Amino acid sequence: MAEQMKPGSGPLDYGNRLWLKVLFGVIFFMLYVPIITLVAFSFNTDRRGIVWRGFTFDNYVKAWNNSSLIEAMINSLMIAFIATLIATVLGAMVALMLWRFRFPFKGAYEAFMGLPIVIPEICMGVALLLFFNETGMMTAVVAMPWPLNLSNIIIAHVAFCFPFVAIVVRSRLVGFNRQLEEASKDLGASEWQTFWKVIVPFMMPGLVAGALLAFTLSLDDFVITFFTSGPETVTFPVKVYSLVRRGVSPEINAASTVLIVITVVATVLAMKLQAPQKSGKG
Amino acid sequence: MDNWKDNRSVFWTLAGPGTFWLLVFFILPLGFLFVMSFSDKAIINGEVSITEYDYLTGISNYIRSVDTLYLTIIWKSIWVSALATVLCLLTAYPIAFGICFASEKWKPLLLLLVVLPFWINLLIRTYALIAVFRSQGYVNLALGAVGLGPYDMLYNNFAVIFGLVYVYMPFMVLPLYATIERLDKSYLEASLDLGASQFTTFLKVTIPLTMPGIITGVILVFIPCLGSFLTPDLLGGANAIMIGNVIERQFKAANDWPFGAALSFMLMYATFAALMLRAFLAKRSAGVDV
Repeated sequence: MAEQMKPGSGPLDYGNRLWLKVLFGVIFFMLYVPIITLVAFSFNTDRRGIVWRGFTFDNYVKAWNNSSLIEAMINSLMIAFIATLIATVLGAMVALMLWRFRFPFKGAYEAFMGLPIVIPEICMGVALLLFFNETGMMTAVVAMPWPLNLSNIIIAHVAFCFPFVAIVVRSRLVGFNRQLEEASKDLGASEWQTFWKVIVPFMMPGLVAGALLAFTLSLDDFVITFFTSGPETVTFPVKVYSLVRRGVSPEINAASTVLIVITVVATVLAMKLQAPQKSGKG
Repeated sequence: MDNWKDNRSVFWTLAGPGTFWLLVFFILPLGFLFVMSFSDKAIINGEVSITEYDYLTGISNYIRSVDTLYLTIIWKSIWVSALATVLCLLTAYPIAFGICFASEKWKPLLLLLVVLPFWINLLIRTYALIAVFRSQGYVNLALGAVGLGPYDMLYNNFAVIFGLVYVYMPFMVLPLYATIERLDKSYLEASLDLGASQFTTFLKVTIPLTMPGIITGVILVFIPCLGSFLTPDLLGGANAIMIGNVIERQFKAANDWPFGAALSFMLMYATFAALMLRAFLAKRSAGVDV
């Protein structure tokens, strides 16, 4: 029987089954509708943000003129920027060490590096709060001028970001052909030259992806920042939290939209860089 | 791979800073928390001090944490997290399955669509849900248009569970996708050829073979759910508090740090138990490796 197969009727052709497509539609609808409405209502003229009344940029202007919101945003970006720099360097070094060396208790060390990733955020937050209080760092840092008064938050962010960077960079290094290193040394380059001219260029996509990951993680973090920030220093998520507790407003929508755009761009970039390269490079 | 003894200076240069950072700003704070969990507030001149503590006085905080009131909250956190995890699995499995069987052209885009919300700030996503669920939110507006409601959808367990599923679903999709993608499809063909129905094949071939992905996904969702603070705080309010909210309260409003420290360690032990369970189950299940 040479029956013509319609799309979706093959035994393993699940991708074309109607019910699966419908289910996909429903789940993606649920995933995206809240975010899309949030973005859409940031352009709404209605103050209470319930019904659509017309298109406007007013909420963005208001958010821009809200100095405490802008201050929180600048703090967040500053923290994310510095924490990313430190986390990328620390993460890359740990990744290089794990990739290059064999040493006793390596498995235990890897588990130790993974701890900040698996431990509940709230436990890490309260532990750091206690630590900063007991060592006097909290009072000392709060008195410092900007941006040094953000030090505690930056320290905390580095601690939970750099293990992620180490994972990303290490997975990039696994694909490194060590003969390149040997060739470089054969041709007369020193260890240091080989590192900067051969290994670092190879690591670069992993470094950038890891840095972007650290940047989004830091920018997004609420729980740990909530506990480690002093009463005077406010980051964007902490500010939004205090506003949300007082109710929904289109200004928050506008500010959130800006943050969404920043993170989405950073994520898409990171994914592009992390994707396995098709060319023979590296 | 080189032996670390061959080049000690390079080894220590690379290992030093990261290890130092983690020891000082992570392990040491946890040590402080551990000591605090066995301490009590100092009593100075017959009054309970706000800032001073008597260190290492005993296990009174742990005894208090197994009080019925807190046990109820811990138990509730566990079942709310378990329910959210199951719902995540039920929605994520078809998604992961569908992506694996989608055409090559669509695959990367579909994966990106699943992962993207995960990158958007947790707080913003939770806030977005409030706008959808509040009594004048879109769901109630839609229901009102057909003559139903309005219903109170916020500040109860339903809102918390929905929020957890919404927020953590990408964690479930990715490991499932990784295993289903590596599943040898000829097993499914063989099962269907030998007369099993699609349903039987799914139940007896697909699920057992993708079990490692299911286990990983379940743990990846269950752990952050159990320790969640933001979602129950914003969506559950006072009616649906979880263990994370109790911990936060001890460190902020109630100012009982020793007790909060003890509760934090209870939460960490529960987390480690879940991780060990995963390792144990992963060893026993014979399927595609994640």
